[in-house]
Amino acid sequence: MRDAVEIPVLRQGSVLIATLRPAVPDVDLVRLRTALVEEVVRMRSRGVIVDVTAIDVMDSFASRTLQELAQMIRLRGAETVIVGIQPDVAFAMVQLGLRMEDVATALDLEEGMAYLNRKFQTSG
Amino acid sequence: MEKEIRVPIRSDRDIVTARQTGRSVATALSFTPGEATLIATAISELARNIVTYAKEGEIRVKALNGGASRTGIQLVAHDQGPGIADVEQALRDGFSTSGSLGLGLPGVRRLVDEFQIESERNRGTTVTVTKWKG
Repeated sequence: MRDAVEIPVLRQGSVLIATLRPAVPDVDLVRLRTALVEEVVRMRSRGVIVDVTAIDVMDSFASRTLQELAQMIRLRGAETVIVGIQPDVAFAMVQLGLRMEDVATALDLEEGMAYLNRKFQTSG
Repeated sequence: MEKEIRVPIRSDRDIVTARQTGRSVATALSFTPGEATLIATAISELARNIVTYAKEGEIRVKALNGGASRTGIQLVAHDQGPGIADVEQALRDGFSTSGSLGLGLPGVRRLVDEFQIESERNRGTTVTVTKWKG
C-alpha cells in the first residue's frame, strides 16, 4: 500500500491481506489499523485477513488494537479474521486475560479465506 | 554469576527491544519457548505501563543462577513517574485509569511466579517479578 505503512497489504479479489512482521512496534499497528480501514473503503473490500503468524508476543495493546481494527471494519460492512496466532502466544494471551472477543480467528491464511468465503455466501 | 541487562524505556520501540532482550536471556537460560513467550509478554506489559504512565524508565533483566541449582529470570520495571495512588486497586482485574482494558498488572502477575510492587506518589513505581524454570 502506501510507504508510510511498513506492513505489506495484499489484495486478493474482495479481500485484503495484511501480514505482520515479527516485533512490530505499536505505532505501526495503529497505522495499519487506520490504513486498513481506509483501504477497505477505497477498494470496497468485503473481508480483511490479518496474518499474525510471525508475532511472538501479543500483549494487551496489540490485542486491543486488532480488536478495534475488526470493529471499525465491521462498521464498514466488512469482516475481519485474525489468522496464525501461535500456540505459545495463545497460551500467554489467555494467562494475561486477553480474550479477543467478537473477533473471528482461524488457523492460517487458507482457513481464514475459507471462513470469509462462507460468510460472503451466506450474506449473498 | 549474575548478569543484569538494562533497557531504557522511552518509546514503543524500546518495548520491542526490552521483550527481545528478555526472550534472548530466557532462551540462554534454556527456558522453553513457551516460558520465554510468557516472560517476553510480561516485559511487554510492564514496559508499556512505563511508556503510558511514566513516559520513561527502564527494564532490568537479570539471570538468576541461585543456590540449589535453581535457575530463573528476574525482571525489574522501574520508573520515576507519578506512582500508583491505590496499588491494591491496580492489582484488581478490570481496573485501569488510562482507559485501557485494565488487565496490565493482574495479568502480569499470572504470567510469573513472584510479583512485587513498590509505588510512591510522585516518586515512581518499581515492579519486580521472577519466573523460575519449571
